[in-house]
Amino acid sequence: MENSVEVKKLSFNYGKVEILKNLDLNIKDGEFMVLLGPSGCGKTTLLNCIAGLLDLDEGQIWIEKDNVTWKQPKDRHIGMVFQSYALYPSMTVEKNLSFGLRMTGVEKSKIKEKINKASELLQIGGLLHRKPSQLSGGQRQRVAIGRALVRDAKVFLFDEPLSNLDAKLRAELRYEIKKLHRDLGNTMIYVTHDQIEAMTLADRIAVMKNGVIQQLDSPKKIYNKPSSLFVADFIGSPSMNFFSGTFLSENNSFSLNKTTFILNEYQFENKPNDMSEIIFGIRPEDIRLKKSSESLEFNIELIEPMGADTLIWLSLENIPFSVRLDVSSEYKLGDVINIEFDIKRASIFDKKSELRL
Amino acid sequence: MNFIIEAKRPKPNMSNIIEANGPKPKHLTIGRIGLYCFILMCALFFLMPLYVMIITSLKDMDEIRSGNLLYIPKILSLYSWPKAWSEACTGFVCEGLRPGLINSLKITIPSVIVSVSLGALNGYALAFWRFKGAYFFFGLCLFGAFIPYQVMVYPLLKIESAIGIYSSLPGIILVHTIFGMPILTLIFRNFYASLPIDLFKAARIDGGNFLKIFFYVIIPMSTPITIVAIILQVTGIWNDFLLGLIFAGRDNQPMTVQLNNIVQVDFGVAEYNVDMAATILTSIVPLAVYFLSGRWFVRGIAAGAIKG
Amino acid sequence: MFFTKNLASKIALLPMIIISLTVFVGCIIYSFVYSLTGSKLIPAFSYVGFKQYERLFKSRKWDVAVENIFIYGVVFTVGCLIIGFLLAVLIDQKIRGESLFRTIFLYPYAMSFVVTGLVWKWVLNPTFGLEHSMHLWGFEWFQLDWLVNRELAIYAVCIAAVWQGAGFVMVLMLAGLRGIDEDIWKSLSIEGVPKWKSYLFVILPMIRPMVVTSLVLIAAGVVKVYDLILALTSGGPGYATTTPAMYVMENFFSRANLGQAFAASIIMFLSVVCILAPWAFYEFYYRSKEAKA
Repeated sequence: MENSVEVKKLSFNYGKVEILKNLDLNIKDGEFMVLLGPSGCGKTTLLNCIAGLLDLDEGQIWIEKDNVTWKQPKDRHIGMVFQSYALYPSMTVEKNLSFGLRMTGVEKSKIKEKINKASELLQIGGLLHRKPSQLSGGQRQRVAIGRALVRDAKVFLFDEPLSNLDAKLRAELRYEIKKLHRDLGNTMIYVTHDQIEAMTLADRIAVMKNGVIQQLDSPKKIYNKPSSLFVADFIGSPSMNFFSGTFLSENNSFSLNKTTFILNEYQFENKPNDMSEIIFGIRPEDIRLKKSSESLEFNIELIEPMGADTLIWLSLENIPFSVRLDVSSEYKLGDVINIEFDIKRASIFDKKSELRL
Repeated sequence: MNFIIEAKRPKPNMSNIIEANGPKPKHLTIGRIGLYCFILMCALFFLMPLYVMIITSLKDMDEIRSGNLLYIPKILSLYSWPKAWSEACTGFVCEGLRPGLINSLKITIPSVIVSVSLGALNGYALAFWRFKGAYFFFGLCLFGAFIPYQVMVYPLLKIESAIGIYSSLPGIILVHTIFGMPILTLIFRNFYASLPIDLFKAARIDGGNFLKIFFYVIIPMSTPITIVAIILQVTGIWNDFLLGLIFAGRDNQPMTVQLNNIVQVDFGVAEYNVDMAATILTSIVPLAVYFLSGRWFVRGIAAGAIKG
Repeated sequence: MFFTKNLASKIALLPMIIISLTVFVGCIIYSFVYSLTGSKLIPAFSYVGFKQYERLFKSRKWDVAVENIFIYGVVFTVGCLIIGFLLAVLIDQKIRGESLFRTIFLYPYAMSFVVTGLVWKWVLNPTFGLEHSMHLWGFEWFQLDWLVNRELAIYAVCIAAVWQGAGFVMVLMLAGLRGIDEDIWKSLSIEGVPKWKSYLFVILPMIRPMVVTSLVLIAAGVVKVYDLILALTSGGPGYATTTPAMYVMENFFSRANLGQAFAASIIMFLSVVCILAPWAFYEFYYRSKEAKA
């Protein structure tokens, strides 16, 4: 498939601070790409560079086979939806949609046609004569998307468009955006710090930290095979349990002070050296209740019911960790249970480089 | 879109030869040049009177009569400054502006202290201890800010005469306190209303009463707004002319009134250099407050403009 | 019970209540009552009905004063708003030395009206002032004799006042401009809307509250203008630049014509009410409408 957006060796500095460092990113035609990361990781900066709202320091940006590095935002075939929607408060929905077109001298009949098409697609036909202040959050969001639609944008950029909304509405609009992508098939680049949004919407996720893309993969791959300790810790809620210990190559095992796990089932990408320090990570749902010769025995220290399932907290050599259990399991504080780690679903990282082993 | 031309970057019209790469080449647009030209012209217009004021005060009368208003003095003359300070005549008294400065200090300092304290107390009571009708009187008080002084001076003069403080220092201090009250109450109330109300609730649960909460909880948090209020009042009272003229009395006339008397002499030869030196002397305090406080002064204006 | 509840607060606000009632309300009532009398040197209760107002409206000097305050009001408010907005927009262009320019445009506001008047009186001095400079530079045709020209003297007052007050409007407008959501600018940039159209059609409507506030604050100050004119022209030449405020002060303190002064001051007060009332109504109406939406 062709690339719709190509970011080549991009660097961006703010004063002396390096925000983005020599970053490469290719986004395929029609792809839904999510830029995910904690605040300050450079994801919004990257989006603004792509939009041409910030002047980059090094590198190039190509959109639709066109080197747009020096082009004005309006000449980049893009539409953008903002966190605050940035609707013009003094204008009606119709005026909001048509403003850019009118100001850049598009024919009246053509404007009308485009507005009709966009409002039909977004089902905002009934709202055309209202002001933004009279719209709900979801309606505003739709108008903001409509503004990108009427511009015939090839690439849609979303800058945390859902973070101002409550949880219920967020889920609803997430669904709407996904449906819109399915129907339109445009390339979309979506910035968020919310991992659920990223997981549900993305074809591919770029997890960023300190201006560097840590991992660029499908949501599934990122969840199951995080490439670094950072990604493993950032993705997943409740988050992954980590134990720090030593690798013993003699019997291919991971050893804490008193406990040892055999790692025969784990597929190493790089086998660590004997006695090297490693971090063993396992998600709460990859720990099973089982009583066998290899299982461990624990007292339940804390119970967190979460609706669909229940989280119980145990501790292994004073390190607390959580186990996700079916809601039907009825345990009380202090109960003794036996569990077993599903080693083949675990993630193991080198302690120094924090990379997956 | 910046003011620097960076030579090593490729020019934009060569973009079809050299591929766009790195930052957009910076170049001056015509609009940008026009913008700077226009803003510089505006700046010159705004600075011109200050400039003229300063250079005129440093010229002697011969040069003022023969020379160009806008040229810097050929011979530096410091004659006008000591004269404006201690010898220039206001009517029949020739003591310069010095007594005016002292009077202005005697008026400004207590007026600022009294009016700001009262404004803070009012704002605190209105923000945290509302009672029925309080906002009615507050509205009335705000309305007072818009009434022209001319409507109030004469009746106020009668009131002060009746109490026996007309034409005296306490008289003018009271007047400044009255006329400063609407704006000060407003900015303090707005500031206190923006504080977290939970803080006040916690203080009440801890057993604080009206005055204790004010002194131990609220006042320590009021530094920024108090600075704004003080700047507002110092410049306002120092620059006042009308109230000082009417209420201060002959012995306490503030600097602005004396300045006007010095400049508007009907007899003798007008000495423009002395006039300008006196004008500068009178504006030194507010200008110093402005230049030293900068941001706070701006905040004062913005705070005063926030609608109640 | 009613009086003891919240007693401390009531005591604390007592000065404000007394002042509001006696000074702000009391003085208006006092002035109105005595404007219906024939008081001369001292307030005397000799009822004459609305005679003072009749005399006022027949007075040639009052006519000139009203005309002047009209010219001054329009030129000063419009001038301040336009120049203040323009300066705020210029400052908002990410220019170099932004704070320096802001300082330059605002410093006149720190000066008193008396100082402003005296400085401009000197700059506009027909013999030694700017006109003289231009003549020395060879522009013999240049004429700037506004201070001694009956028709133009009031415009000299306007220039001095705009010079003093434009920075104030700039600060308010700039606060409005800086409050605009960054995303709005990004959106306009992506849509390719030219800067000047953005300011005119999007930004200006968005800072409307600031514009209205500036307008009201400036307009309310118009009626008060006194020190500035006293210092700049002393109301002259003749009484060409006299204003209602000067008319009132003259009748109070030099002409001993109290009844007339009271009547004029009441008219001044009513004109302020006429400026404020639509604004107060608009604020109230607009806000309650917004709240419902």
